[in-house]
Amino acid sequence: MTSLPQDADKKKDDEELRLSKDLLDLLAKFQQIELENFEIDVKELELIFEPGTAGQIMPKIKLPPVAAGGKPTAMLQVPFVPPVETYPNKITEVKLGATRSEGGTRGKSFIIGGETSPPFYSFERATPHRPLVTIDVFDMEVPLSKAVKMHVRDVVGDPAAWAKLAVDKFGADMVTIHLISIDPLLKDAKPADAVKTVEKVLQAVDVPLVIGGCGDAAKDADVFEAICEAFSGERLLISSITRDMDVERCAKFVKKNGHVALAFTPMDLNLARELNRRLYDFLDREDIVMDLTTAALGYGLDYAFTNMERARLGGLMGDVELAHPMSSGTTNAWAAREAWLKMAPEWEPRELRGPLWEVTTALTLLLAGVDLFMMMHPAAVKTLKDVTNYLTSGKKADASKFADWVTVKAKGVGMA
Amino acid sequence: MTEKKKAGLKELSPIDVYKLLPKINCKECGADNCMAFATRIVNREISVDQCRPLLKKENEKAYAKLKDLLKPAVKEVIVGVGDKTKKLGGKLVMYRHEFTYTNPTAIAIDVTDEMSEQEVVSRVHYTENFSFEYIGNTLRLDMIAVRCVSGDADKFKAAVKKVSETTKLPMILCALNPTIAEAGLMAAPGSRPLLYAATQSNWKDMAELALMYDCPLVASAPNDLKTLVSLAKTLMAYGVIDLVLDPGTFMNEGLADTINNFTMLRRAATKGGEELAGFPLMGVPMVAWLEGAGTFEDVIKWREAYLASMLIVRYADVLVMHSTSGWSLLPTTVLRQNIYTDPRKPVAVAPGLKLFGTPDENSPVLFTSNFALTYYTVASDLESGKLNAYLIVVETEGSAIDSGVAGRKLTAERVADALKASGIEAKVKHRKLVIPGKASRISGEIEELTGWKVQVGPRDSSEIPKYLIEKWQP
Repeated sequence: MTSLPQDADKKKDDEELRLSKDLLDLLAKFQQIELENFEIDVKELELIFEPGTAGQIMPKIKLPPVAAGGKPTAMLQVPFVPPVETYPNKITEVKLGATRSEGGTRGKSFIIGGETSPPFYSFERATPHRPLVTIDVFDMEVPLSKAVKMHVRDVVGDPAAWAKLAVDKFGADMVTIHLISIDPLLKDAKPADAVKTVEKVLQAVDVPLVIGGCGDAAKDADVFEAICEAFSGERLLISSITRDMDVERCAKFVKKNGHVALAFTPMDLNLARELNRRLYDFLDREDIVMDLTTAALGYGLDYAFTNMERARLGGLMGDVELAHPMSSGTTNAWAAREAWLKMAPEWEPRELRGPLWEVTTALTLLLAGVDLFMMMHPAAVKTLKDVTNYLTSGKKADASKFADWVTVKAKGVGMA
Repeated sequence: MTEKKKAGLKELSPIDVYKLLPKINCKECGADNCMAFATRIVNREISVDQCRPLLKKENEKAYAKLKDLLKPAVKEVIVGVGDKTKKLGGKLVMYRHEFTYTNPTAIAIDVTDEMSEQEVVSRVHYTENFSFEYIGNTLRLDMIAVRCVSGDADKFKAAVKKVSETTKLPMILCALNPTIAEAGLMAAPGSRPLLYAATQSNWKDMAELALMYDCPLVASAPNDLKTLVSLAKTLMAYGVIDLVLDPGTFMNEGLADTINNFTMLRRAATKGGEELAGFPLMGVPMVAWLEGAGTFEDVIKWREAYLASMLIVRYADVLVMHSTSGWSLLPTTVLRQNIYTDPRKPVAVAPGLKLFGTPDENSPVLFTSNFALTYYTVASDLESGKLNAYLIVVETEGSAIDSGVAGRKLTAERVADALKASGIEAKVKHRKLVIPGKASRISGEIEELTGWKVQVGPRDSSEIPKYLIEKWQP
C-alpha cells in the first residue's frame, strides 16, 4: 500500500525533491501584475475541413462462447485499432535564430512546426519538434508585478542582465525583448536606441531572440527595420507584423536580412489567411509564424483555443495559408483578474493561483497546437517545459508501475 | 457491436429528421412547422419528445428510429438520483467548434474509509459548498468519490453511509474487491452511485453488482485499450449498458500515453462510430498524490490541477481529485466552464447606454468596450458596488479596452459617437466622463472631440466602486 506524502517539510535529497523545491521557490511570494496587449476579436469563422475517420471501423471478431443465459462466462476479446489517419498537408518548419555557421551569432538555433498530425497524437506520428518557451524581458520599467519583480528585481531596467537570468536561471529557450520605450506616448526612444538594446541582449545570451514592438504601427516598422538591418542573418522573430502596418515594407526588410515575421491577427482566421497572403508576395512560407491572439483563462481562452485548434486542423487538412507554426502571447493570462487579484481567503494564496493561471492557459493552448509560448512566470515556464518534455520524449506509461490510487492512504492530507 | 457504425453528426440533415416526423404542422412543439422543428432538433435546441404526436403508439417505430439517429457518439450515463443527478458524457462531437459540448466534466473529490468521520464530513461539506460566481455562472464541484483504503467491508460501509447521510451529491464507490463494493452499495440503497471498477480479474462479480443494484459501472484497464474495449464488450454482453471507461491516468513519463489514450478513445467514438469506445471517460488527476512522495503539498496540488486541466481539454467526462484548495481548483473549474461554453455564442454585447442602480443628473458617466467579457466584468463590479451610474458601451468590434486602443478599435471618434448617440447629455447636468485606465492614451483626444472633461479611472474595474466614492464629483 502506498502512502501519500504526509510531512510537507520532510526532506529527501532525491532529484524529485530538488525539482519540486525549485518549483516551490518559484511559486513563492507573488503579488500583482498587469499586462498589455490583451486582445480578442472573434467573428464568424469560416468553415474548415475536419479530419474524419471515414472507414475507420474495428475489424469483425468471433465471439467466444456465451453461457446458456446469454451472459458471457469468459472475457470477450476484441482488438483496439488505433484510429490513425493521414493528412494531406504538413505544418511548415520555421527556423528561429542562426548559429555562426548559419550566418548569425547564436549558440543554438531551433526549428518549430513540421507537424504531420494534430497536437500530440503520438499514436499517429511523433511530434517533430518540442514546443519552445520564450521569456518576456522589457527594456524599461513597466507596470510589472511585484510578483515577477521578486525574481527579476535586480535586473529590471537592464534587459541584458534580465535576459541572462531568464536563460540561465529560468530555463528560457529564447528571450523576447519588448521594446516598450519606443512608444511615442512613452519615451519615444529612437530606432538607434532600440538597436543598442538588442545588441546588448544578443551579447548577453546566445539563444535566439524575439523582437517585440510597442504597438504603434509606424514606429514599430521604423524600429524593426533598423534592427533587421543591424542584425542581418540572426533570424530574429519580429513580433509582430500586423495588418495596419506597411506590410510590404516590413516583409521586405525582414526577408532581405534573413529574419522571421510573426504575423499577428486579432482572433480571426480569415484575417490570418489574408495577412499571410500579403506576406507571401515577399516572404517564403518558412519565414512566417502566426500569432492568432491569446486570451486569458476565464476571459476568452475558449475562443483562442478553438481558433488555434481550427487553424491547426485546417493546416493539416490542406489549408496552406494556415499551415504555419503558432506562437502564443501566453503572458496575457495575467490580464485575468483572478490571476493577480487578492480574493477571499478560500482562493488564496494568489502567489500560487497566479502562475497556475498562466500555466493552465499555456497547457490548454499546447493541446491546440501552439509551437512557441511567450511566458513570464518562472514556475509556469518550468511546468510547461516539463510537460512538453514528457509529451515529446517518446517514453511510455508503465502500467506495471501503476499504483492503485483507490487504496492509497490519505492520512495527514487534510483540508487546505 | 463493433461492426456497427453510427452516422456522424455532420451527416445528419434536417431532412433526415423531417422524414420521420408526423408532418402535420400542428405547432404543438412551438415551432411553425415540422421542418422548423426538424432544424431545431438537428441543432440540438429541442428534444424529440416535444413532438407529442410522435409519442403516439402508431408512430412508435419512427420515434425509435429518430432516437437512434440522434443518439450521441458518447453515451450519456446518469449517476445519482434526485436533484443532484450528474449526467456524464453524452458527447456529440470530438472538437468543440463542431458543436457545443454537453455535460461539463464532473469533478469528484475523494474521501476514504480511514479518514475520521469529522474529516469525511468536512471534505463533503467543502465539495458541496464550493461555489464561485463567474460571469453569470456558478462554478461548482459535483461528486464524492469514496475510496476503500482499509480493505475492511464494515469500514467502507460506514464511510459510504456517512457520506450518503451528509450529502445528496452523487457518489463514486471505489473498491476493487466485489465483497467490499457490495457492502458499500448496501449502505446507500437506491442512490445509483458510479461503481469503480470492473477489471480483467473481477469483471464478472462487478457486473453482477451493477445489475443487482442498478448502477453504472467503470471499466478499468490502465494503459491497455485492447483490454478496456474487451471489458466494455464483455460487460455489455453481460447486460450492463451504463459504462464509464478508465484508460488509466499517468503522470510524467506516462503523460503522453494518457493523453493519447483519451484522444484515441474519443476519436474512435466520434469519428469512427466505435460503440465500445462510446462511453464517458474517467480521469484521475489525484494520481499526482501517488508520485509525489517527499514533495511539498502545494507542488502536488499544482500538478494535480494542471493534469486535471489537460484532461478536461482532452475529453475527460469525470475526474477524481484530492485537493481541496481553492487556488488549485479555481483554474480547473474556470477552464471547464470555458471549454464547455457554446462556441456559437457571440463575444460582443450590443453597444448603447446601460443604467446601474437609479442614476440621476449628478451620477457618474463611464464607458467600456462591447467585448462581452469586459462588459460583464465591469457590469458585475458596478452592481456589486451598488452604484448609481451610467455606463456607455462603445462599439469596439468585440475588442477589450487595451487591445482596442492598440488596434484602433477603440478610438476617440467612436467614444464621441457613442456619447452622442446615448442621449446622455440630456440625462446629466455635468460634463464629466470617467474613462478606463487602460484607455488613458486617448484621453486627450476624447476631451477634444467631445468637449467633456475626462477623468482617467482605474485600470481594473474592481477598483471602480472605490474610485467613484473617493474621486467622483459632478
